[in-house]
Amino acid sequence: MTAVPLTRRWRWKEPSVLPGFGLTFGFTVLYLSLIVLIPLAALIVRPWELGPAGVWEAATSPRALAALRLSFVAGGLAAVINAVMGLLLAWVLVRYDFPGKRIIDALVDLPFALPTAVAGIALTSIYAPNGPVGSVLTDWGVRVAYTPLGVLIALIFVGLPFVVRSVQPVLEDLDHEIEEAAETLGATPFQRARLVVLPAELPALISGAGLAFARAVGEYGSVIFIAGNMPLRSEIAPLLVVIQLEQFNYAGAAAIGLAMLALSFLILLVLNGLQAVIARRGRA
Amino acid sequence: MSAVRRSPVRGQAPVLIGVALLWLALVVLLPLGMVFAEAFRRGLDGFLQAFDEPDAWSAVRLTLLVAAISVPLNAVFGLAAAWCITRYEFRGKALLTTLIDLPFSVSPVISGLVWVLLFGTAGWFAPLLDALGVRVIFTVTGLVLATILVTLPFVARELIPLMQQQGADEELAAVTLGAGPWAIFSRVTLPNVRWALLYGVLLCNARAMGEFGAVSVVSGHIRGLTNTLPLHVEILYNEYDFVGAFATATVLAGLALVTLLIKSLLEWRFADELAATRRH
Repeated sequence: MTAVPLTRRWRWKEPSVLPGFGLTFGFTVLYLSLIVLIPLAALIVRPWELGPAGVWEAATSPRALAALRLSFVAGGLAAVINAVMGLLLAWVLVRYDFPGKRIIDALVDLPFALPTAVAGIALTSIYAPNGPVGSVLTDWGVRVAYTPLGVLIALIFVGLPFVVRSVQPVLEDLDHEIEEAAETLGATPFQRARLVVLPAELPALISGAGLAFARAVGEYGSVIFIAGNMPLRSEIAPLLVVIQLEQFNYAGAAAIGLAMLALSFLILLVLNGLQAVIARRGRA
Repeated sequence: MSAVRRSPVRGQAPVLIGVALLWLALVVLLPLGMVFAEAFRRGLDGFLQAFDEPDAWSAVRLTLLVAAISVPLNAVFGLAAAWCITRYEFRGKALLTTLIDLPFSVSPVISGLVWVLLFGTAGWFAPLLDALGVRVIFTVTGLVLATILVTLPFVARELIPLMQQQGADEELAAVTLGAGPWAIFSRVTLPNVRWALLYGVLLCNARAMGEFGAVSVVSGHIRGLTNTLPLHVEILYNEYDFVGAFATATVLAGLALVTLLIKSLLEWRFADELAATRRH
């Protein structure tokens, strides 16, 4: 249907008897331009008012570097933890039957549905030195709230559904017979998980972890309450954007925003490449 | 679903289930419970006191207003985008589909920042706005623009995979039988996608009402004027009115729970009429 015979004249659009292409296409492109493209163009263009050296300076000042490092390292760690626990959660939800499973399954999406500010203040109360978990941890000498560890906790919360939801459908489609064949050939449960389930799951796992990571890097609401926001220590990149903006440093704010966007796209690009390589190897 | 044969719970299974549920309880249930526990820390009276404030009610009204403008606009956009992407073959379709998903990979703070770059005091369009005497940043207009940007993909990404999967056969039949554009849309397409549309609107609305980062950047936190519910929660919390903050937060948590309930009901009841490739 999509293949275009070579002999035909080049056409931008295949003819169709269905009405409404001009209207819907025009509206879609106009709306997308006004809401997404022109605003994002401002983000890409405005930092350069500072000149290339100024952009570099704004994005690599010690404070900006520390904030970017925290957002990306904590986001990466949270994505890895969510990959492991998300795979386990998806496995349990797909493979076993237990009472209340539907409710548990629905609850996995709570971090999508709960406004981030609400999650932020709730997590802070839990992990503050006088909170239910925080007080126990303080006795052990671990401080969570107002440290980078608090940032990690918040990012684990917001990223939880991504891996579960991308792995779940693949697990559901995975053929039981291959696993049973492995079992009859004497594979231990661990070998079955490592040699049969994991390779099939890997592309979905990577894409889920990538989504969780992208979300974590830009996350703001759930983090700022628990982070304590100390410059150079527990200040995340999105917050630094807000601080620059409050000082009316538009170009500086845009420079950090642009750096965040560029780094995220770079990492997502690498993950996509990784996925493609794995998919190709799986087919070979 | 039926293709999956489930193992009986045996061997290492109870351990795996236990660890998974414990993790979910720690990461997800505990924060949810904490919202309600803190809200009722000083009993029902303390809880109700939070709703005595006129600022709280103006925040509720503003949140409803912002959602009432942005959700229908994004629903119309979703329908238009899904129609032109799934019913025609044209070049650049993949690019268009990617661009629609773009707002999901942008930080909410950036989704607010871009509007300040355009319409703020030193923004590109500041001279024009000054000449017209219009303000966007620190007004409801800014809140609406930021919310529309953040929630733009929700409806489209539910409809596109579903309409792709359904194909255009029924619409083509309607054309052959002489149906006009409106008849095709209202009697063929809309009934076919109504549950997915509702599903997308539901998620879009939840995010529109709960959005914090983008809205926070453009709002200016003017009490009674540009404070949505999530921003009201933040202000109360930063003023150490914890009970008030959590009491207000229960409204948003309630909204999240209702959203999850309706979402689950739609998934169970109309599984076949929602796209198989749904991601969240």
